[in-house]
Amino acid sequence: MEISSLLRTIPISLEQGLAYGLVAIGIVITFRILAFPDLTVDGSFPLGASVVARLIMEGVPPIYGILMAIIIGFLAGCCTGLLNTKLKINSLLAGILMMTILYSVNLRIMGRSNIQLLTVNTLLTPLENLDVNRFIPIVAFFLLVALCAKLLTDMFLHTQMGFAMRATGDNEQMIRTLGVNTDKMTVLGLGISNAFVALSGALVAQDQGFSDVGMGIGMIVAGLASIIIGEALVGKKTVQRLTLAALIGSIIYKFIISLGLRLGLAPTDLKMATGVMVILALGIPAIKKGKEGKLHLRGI
Amino acid sequence: MIRLERITKIFNKGTIDEKVAIDGITLHVHKGEFVTVIGSNGAGKTTVLNLSSGTFAPDEGDIFIDDSRVTNLAEHRRARYLGRVFQNPLMGTAASMTIEENLAMADLRGQTRTLRWGVTKARRGYYRETLEMLGLGLEHRLKDSVSLLSGGQRQSLTLVMVTLSLPKLLLLDEHTAALDPKTAQLVMDLTQKIVEENNLTTVMVTHNMQQAIRYGNRMIMLHEGRIQYDIQGEEKKALTVEEVVRRFGAKLKDEALLG
Repeated sequence: MEISSLLRTIPISLEQGLAYGLVAIGIVITFRILAFPDLTVDGSFPLGASVVARLIMEGVPPIYGILMAIIIGFLAGCCTGLLNTKLKINSLLAGILMMTILYSVNLRIMGRSNIQLLTVNTLLTPLENLDVNRFIPIVAFFLLVALCAKLLTDMFLHTQMGFAMRATGDNEQMIRTLGVNTDKMTVLGLGISNAFVALSGALVAQDQGFSDVGMGIGMIVAGLASIIIGEALVGKKTVQRLTLAALIGSIIYKFIISLGLRLGLAPTDLKMATGVMVILALGIPAIKKGKEGKLHLRGI
Repeated sequence: MIRLERITKIFNKGTIDEKVAIDGITLHVHKGEFVTVIGSNGAGKTTVLNLSSGTFAPDEGDIFIDDSRVTNLAEHRRARYLGRVFQNPLMGTAASMTIEENLAMADLRGQTRTLRWGVTKARRGYYRETLEMLGLGLEHRLKDSVSLLSGGQRQSLTLVMVTLSLPKLLLLDEHTAALDPKTAQLVMDLTQKIVEENNLTTVMVTHNMQQAIRYGNRMIMLHEGRIQYDIQGEEKKALTVEEVVRRFGAKLKDEALLG
């Protein structure tokens, strides 16, 4: 492959990597901070897209549509948390249940299986109409959003409440004896995580020009792959590194995917390739050292 | 301070594995008392602590802390009254967080957590001073992750965390049992110092007879979910291992008790 061809994949990797980076930050909050294997993501990503698409079609200004997507994503995450903490449903199953329920919810919201947004004004339309290469304002926009999400997450996780949330994932018994209601922290964390995921879905729908009920399939695995790649590069000792790893990993993941496509990988094989990537990343340490993988999770 | 009134706790009730862990215990611990609790495996020592701290509720009876009934109060809502150190040094601290972050969390024991910064400059100085008394050099490692500390260091840190926001009652659950003898002694000396300096009301469960005799001003022996002996005052001070063995030897089937 020529270098120029390689370089041409960089803008698109940046654009998509940053847009999907919010999903990776969401997964950091659940899998890494709360140690909660939340699978809601596959449903809350298209949920954000569905909400924003439907509201834009109804004539609601895109920015309000996005705010609504964030709120509803937050609530979907809270539902998973409540299934787990109040009804004592296993964490994995709680996420699968919500993911399945959201599939129907998303069809209800859109009224059909997909909505085209190419011909209507979205939040990104003014940026795309600027008199420069489309990638510059779009990448700048997604960079701004991703950095804001990263900084807000970093800041929150260094507040009193953020400490309580981190300790809930690290040592639930200990923080409970210090007077924290760990159930509340779990529900709140899942809410925040899925709010980020829904925001990502809402932005990606406007970026690609459509919302589709199937656009969330494999989102968890792709997010995990991103996190693992990022952590290998920037480490995971501190909160700041974890969130940075999510963004950088997401960009590199998208870069690897576009490279793969250019080298002749069929788009339909992408999910398998991603799955194999995660299996290798989690499995190699186990084979090498005879130790279990690096994911420490509660409830499974 | 804390009163357990006619407490009964049965595990696996109604099944073939039914076990009466606590059988109608009444225990009043008064302010300033340092009670050591001893008994063989399965005697109900840890169950008494779990009932006090609200890990689970009793099947019968009532628990009062300072005259307010807490029998069914959830664990996290009792936190402002209680400090607890577990046997496993890993249980008292959050390993992935830094020393100062752990201290900051303990600083807010039982309080509502807000969106203010978790560690403030003003408190950091105080944490440093508090850590200095350990003499372990932890005051220079505030930003180190707790996962880098040894078991003894972590247990010492847990004790310091307990004292930051002085609880009304300190519960020690065989908190030196998992440490090597030398470290165990260090942690025990530190415990004694903290309890004395702050006049903390303390209940210490231990497996070690010598420890139970040497520390505290009251000793309780549990056997099969009941209080077998309750020794305090001058009688407790004069107690020796030999005497305990002579008086209660028949009940001390568990040899580890004499270790």
